[in-house]
Amino acid sequence: MASTAEKAEQAAAGVVRVRVPERGLRQDLRAVKIVLHRELIRFWRDKLRMVSGLVQPVLWLLVMGTGLSNLVTSGGGPAGSVDLKTFIYPGVCAMSVMFTAMFSAGSIVWDREFGFLREMLVAPVSRSAIVIGKCIGGAVVATLQGVVIVLLAPLAGVPYDPVLMLQLIGLMFIGALALTGFGVMMAARITQMQAFFGLMQMAMMPMMFLSGALYPLNGLPTWLSVLTRFNPLTYAVDPMRHVVFAHLDVSQRLLRTFDPGVTWGGWTVPVWLEIVIVLAMGLGLMAVAIVEFRRAD
Amino acid sequence: MPDGGPAVEVDGLIKKFGDVEAVRGIDFTVRPGEIFGFLGPNGAGKSTTINMLCTLLRPSGGRARVAGHDVVAERDDVRRNIGLVFQDPTLDGYLSGEQNLRFHAELYGVPRAVTGDRIRQVLEMVNLWDRRGDLVQTFSGGMKRRLEIARGLLHSPRVLFLDEPTVGLDPQTRASIWEYIRQLQRAEEITIFMTTHYMDEAEFCERIAIMDSGRIVALDTPEALKAGVGEDRIRIQTADDQAAIAAIEDRFGLAAVVSEGAVTFSVASGEAFVPRLFAELGVAIRSVNVARPSLDDVFMSFTGSTIRDAEAPGNDRMRMAMRAARR
Repeated sequence: MASTAEKAEQAAAGVVRVRVPERGLRQDLRAVKIVLHRELIRFWRDKLRMVSGLVQPVLWLLVMGTGLSNLVTSGGGPAGSVDLKTFIYPGVCAMSVMFTAMFSAGSIVWDREFGFLREMLVAPVSRSAIVIGKCIGGAVVATLQGVVIVLLAPLAGVPYDPVLMLQLIGLMFIGALALTGFGVMMAARITQMQAFFGLMQMAMMPMMFLSGALYPLNGLPTWLSVLTRFNPLTYAVDPMRHVVFAHLDVSQRLLRTFDPGVTWGGWTVPVWLEIVIVLAMGLGLMAVAIVEFRRAD
Repeated sequence: MPDGGPAVEVDGLIKKFGDVEAVRGIDFTVRPGEIFGFLGPNGAGKSTTINMLCTLLRPSGGRARVAGHDVVAERDDVRRNIGLVFQDPTLDGYLSGEQNLRFHAELYGVPRAVTGDRIRQVLEMVNLWDRRGDLVQTFSGGMKRRLEIARGLLHSPRVLFLDEPTVGLDPQTRASIWEYIRQLQRAEEITIFMTTHYMDEAEFCERIAIMDSGRIVALDTPEALKAGVGEDRIRIQTADDQAAIAAIEDRFGLAAVVSEGAVTFSVASGEAFVPRLFAELGVAIRSVNVARPSLDDVFMSFTGSTIRDAEAPGNDRMRMAMRAARR
């Protein structure tokens, strides 16, 4: 232990003193940045998660897409046809982002179980900085995962197009933000990992099936039609489908069948409004999450 | 912190969890630069008190000021001036040691110009500079605790709270952690507030408060507390313990008990008493041991039980109630 003592003496000789500044916007921004940065480091380290996050969308796209397209006549006819894989591609993009985003949000429960949340909660920064950092971090990670799916576009018969790619990535980010917001809000209340994932599973499956990710939303029975309109994910999937079909060479008739848009009692909801809905939902959920974390103090 | 003011000032502090009153109105003051220890069995209310002082729990009653700031009204000011090392680890195992510290530095707003030097300094202090790039999940329990101490110091806190800093560690690591704690106090003039349920560690503190069932039952320097107990403890091994107990009662008027395989009793000046014991007892004595009062004795005289006995299963319920409330 002699070396310890020596080192300590040296340390004592030139102590680097630190003065922690008063809390302010600048400090909170730094906190947001480092919480986000940590999410990225952890995502980068966890190669397994990256691979496993890819398995599901690839399964949907290649296996389900190919298998089911044998069954479905994809509206073939004189007007041409749309491959089922192409149709579900935007849905698969949305799904993969959704799963990653939820998983990222779940890390807050993980942090709580492993004690790291306490390290963040005793710091002299606002709760909002931590929640915002966590949400943006989760959304960025989910979007990175989504980029890989975007690169798989040719498998689904969707052309590589820089504009399309950027549009898809942008839409993914907005959707991911809303979903992480939802996840973090839930995580504020839930203290156990199993409970969190159980609940997420319960919420995600219906959301996915009612979103129009896997089938067009026109001509549905009224009850199903109403349910899909109340599903937030619907408004995240539809713009993605819209940008994909805008870059395909298909006839008006097919477009009406496969990219009908979302209607409210006959009125087609414009894409910008859909984006606003998703964005507003993301910010709203994030705000609720902040309130919950503040209250937990 | 206003110069010269107390580092910690507690006045009638109370914490209730539902029906359970974990802390029942305590008062004490900690001087700047002091090593102050909270001694007590699990469930006595030590961690609850620390959590209130660290702004993690809101008191149910009373007031507390840390580094000159009120723990309820000036929470952020308290947070800027304290460092924390918890009982349970709070590190991110997926980050390296250095990344854990960098995270902390950013969160506390440590000026970037000094971050690197400061990280190096605290890591060198706990002998982890060479392992700075390794993932924390590969660290041993002792290394993790050292890293937490380094992190708690990173932002030059005025008061460092250590909640059972050596629990679950091997004796060698415990000794080195104590060495760091004392170096720290010298090098950085930090006030150290710690809890422990190891008697031998409490001896290192300048002053200790003995806590039992949510109350402070004694508060003084270890020496003064021991002197207060006064009597030395004599342990003898005899051919016939029952006869020896009867004889001690009969001849000297002292009450003896069999404890841990030896006849044990207390007497004012032990060394002077031993010759009389041999001369007058009338029962063969195989060995004799005279001990000055220890903190164990102090603890026993104030709480009526040893610290090990006090950690009865019944206390677990309170502990669980506190855990639940902490979440």
